[in-house]
Amino acid sequence: MIPSLPLRAKGLETPEYTVRRWTRMSIWGTSGLGVAVVVMALLPFMVNLSVTYAMIDFFILLLLAMTWNMLAGYGGMVSVGQQAYIGIGAYAVVVFADTFGLNIIVTILLAAIVSAILAFPISFFAFRLVGGYFAIGTWVLAEVVRLIVVQFPQIGGGSGVSLAAMSDLPKELRIAFSYWIALGAAVIVLVVCVWLVRSRIGLALTAVRDDVTAASTSGVRVQSVRRRVFIFAAAAAGVAGALVAISTLRVQPDSVFSVQWSAFMIFIVVVGGVGTLEGPIIGAIIFWALKQLLADYGPLYLILLGIVGIVFVLFVRGGVWGAVSRRKRLELFPVGYRFSRSDKDGSKQAP
Amino acid sequence: MLNVSGLTAAYGQVTAIRDISLAVDAGGILAVIGANGAGKSTLLKTIAGLLPATSGTIFFDGDDITRRSAFDRVRRGIALVPEGRRLFPSLTVQENLQTAFASKRKGAWTLDAVYDLFPLVAERRHRRAGNLSGGEQQATAIARALVTNPKLLLLDEVSLGLAPAIIADLYARLPDILAQGTGILLVEQDVSQAMKVADSVHCLLQGATSLTGKNLTMADISGAYFGVDKK
Amino acid sequence: MNLLEPIVQGILLGGLYALFAAGLSLMFGVMRIVNLAYGDFAVLAAYGSLVVINVAAVNPLVALVVVAPLMAVLGYVLQRTVLQRTLGASPLPSLLVTFGLSIIIQNALLLFGSADQQRLSLGAIDTASVELPFGVRVGVFPLGVFVLAVILLGILSWITARTQYGRLVRAVSDDPDTVTLQGANPKIIYGVATAIAFGLVAIAGVAAGIQTSFSPSSGSMLLIFAFEAVIIGGLGSLWGTLGGAVILGVAQTVGAAFAPAQQILAGHIVFLLFLAFLPNGLSRRKVRA
Repeated sequence: MIPSLPLRAKGLETPEYTVRRWTRMSIWGTSGLGVAVVVMALLPFMVNLSVTYAMIDFFILLLLAMTWNMLAGYGGMVSVGQQAYIGIGAYAVVVFADTFGLNIIVTILLAAIVSAILAFPISFFAFRLVGGYFAIGTWVLAEVVRLIVVQFPQIGGGSGVSLAAMSDLPKELRIAFSYWIALGAAVIVLVVCVWLVRSRIGLALTAVRDDVTAASTSGVRVQSVRRRVFIFAAAAAGVAGALVAISTLRVQPDSVFSVQWSAFMIFIVVVGGVGTLEGPIIGAIIFWALKQLLADYGPLYLILLGIVGIVFVLFVRGGVWGAVSRRKRLELFPVGYRFSRSDKDGSKQAP
Repeated sequence: MLNVSGLTAAYGQVTAIRDISLAVDAGGILAVIGANGAGKSTLLKTIAGLLPATSGTIFFDGDDITRRSAFDRVRRGIALVPEGRRLFPSLTVQENLQTAFASKRKGAWTLDAVYDLFPLVAERRHRRAGNLSGGEQQATAIARALVTNPKLLLLDEVSLGLAPAIIADLYARLPDILAQGTGILLVEQDVSQAMKVADSVHCLLQGATSLTGKNLTMADISGAYFGVDKK
Repeated sequence: MNLLEPIVQGILLGGLYALFAAGLSLMFGVMRIVNLAYGDFAVLAAYGSLVVINVAAVNPLVALVVVAPLMAVLGYVLQRTVLQRTLGASPLPSLLVTFGLSIIIQNALLLFGSADQQRLSLGAIDTASVELPFGVRVGVFPLGVFVLAVILLGILSWITARTQYGRLVRAVSDDPDTVTLQGANPKIIYGVATAIAFGLVAIAGVAAGIQTSFSPSSGSMLLIFAFEAVIIGGLGSLWGTLGGAVILGVAQTVGAAFAPAQQILAGHIVFLLFLAFLPNGLSRRKVRA
């Protein structure tokens, strides 16, 4: 007895189907975040300088984690080499602001553009490798970028360089200014991520991650979709690097090109929830709080991060957001599809 | 020797076989027949331990093996010739047979003995298993299972995708295998082929037993096979 | 400039890199795990030897006799308890876990040791050299490491080609489920493979500790060299890996002969050239990843 399809069972007239993307939850979630952004924009007027300064760090981590999540969580590209673009972005600000005397906002845009341009040729090398070897490959490429950058004494060689452009601003103003740029950049990256996941690219990415062969036979241009996300993530990392430069006024190759950046973004995404838009936000809050509390413990703090990260991968695969949203299918952003059938009597049924 | 009772197994949320009971004796052949998707292969996988049973029991030689791992069942004497043969393509034919030494079971089926049974396999012994024809692959898969010297041999769709002459040739070897006291549980889509060799037949329909018995007629079976009510 | 000497030294350096690369490629070949903590385990072994040397006042080679089996046991236990849980279709979990292990090891070494460079010493052998034909002088120790690498790779390749364990290793990388149908437990095969890889990495780590210096953070560089050797050599071929390691070693020493500070960059560039023009490395086989 083959269970008959509902379409047949209801006779010949086709029932009406409706597809919704916004749910009550995602309307509340998105507007709540909108309010949060407005409140956060006012933060420099309300709290002291050290909190504002620490929040810049939060936004840097947030936008790195969100884009790493696009790479690994949606695109299956586990990059351990995003520090290449962080470094390039930081150096780009120094060069364009100090050497060419450009406006600081313009230099941040240029940092994104330069990183994106660099990511294009790099992607051709990295995409020759898959899975685990892709990870080390991106790491090697980041090392190559670092080793090339330190060749130039004009930008401080191996010992680094200071950013002069903003040093004559009063400290309060400079930090508040950096904060607003960081907030704006994080919001823009978040909006782009939501848009990417909602769009055909998001669908294509998920298809590519789940099964490359099936995706490519269904007409997804795998490499091209991957490359676009790779370049977007590089541009965002370039902005992150630019923010590091303007908030600390110092660019040191060993620090901006450190693989620790990758470790942090991975931790955030794994703990928050890989492959969801909400995960990196939650992970960034958790990571940032841990950092404020424990960073003084140095190695011990990093050992703790390593252990927590491993425990999450082994026992809490979906991260905090996955554990919270498992039962109720929560979504803060309108990226899902809700499919319902309205029968002739008008009652709605979940499929 | 094998006693299955009330066996149920599922892929995730989807129940694939429901409440199946059957028995196989030493030297006997039981054929499981049924349409595509009836749960025949699932039944064999569950008996072999590749798929966990959600309820029911599997007794083998008087021991409850329901919760035992697949490799432990092999070491107790249950060998599965899986659907699609599943040879190791990068190993040679001989190496494929040698992997079965991992079962640590000794008996009549040495490499030489299976080469005698399947001369074609012996001829191809130094070839990579990935480069064999379908019939050669199926013979190698059966030979590999025999090298574990099983008391119970589970054969999944031996005839699938093979020419009739080759199928007949493979089935002609079964008496030699039974002669060692081995019991055979075989899954077959070709009903007439199954009825020719089997002592008794067990028919599955949508995961449940629809008919079981000896000396059945084609008319009995067609009802149980397709789920057509005879009213 | 006489390039013969740097070339010969590069070949010998390749022996050291081959020791690293063999274990990395073994773990990948059998379990599809890319162990990002691989270099850190080498450094851990070197520090372990340092402890044994300080406690028992023995030379590093004697310490290795203690440390290598301990590392092999560690590898087995790690595979069975942690890495086994990360296996599956997605490479993400094993990458994340091994990256976490890398951070833990580096920082634990910082915590219990110091950030200083350390070195293991064999006394006079450290600086001893022999003269080969054409007037090329090479260090006795690097020569010994190269010979050892060739011997160990030979043993490893004999194990995979000729023994029952080797057959099961190749079978399990084809199809783990079907290996269980032959009566073997893939988890034990995995555990033993990891134990072998960790034994090799201990030997490589101690050899590197004698030949150059090491610090808690030097594992990353060792991982990268091992990876470059594997890719240049082509996945899935042990002798290809040795070839890849030798090419990497020669690229580095010849690069250093032209510009002493650019040794590592020269190696990276040769690696990238291979990636661009010979993505399957020296062996032409394609291996799924």
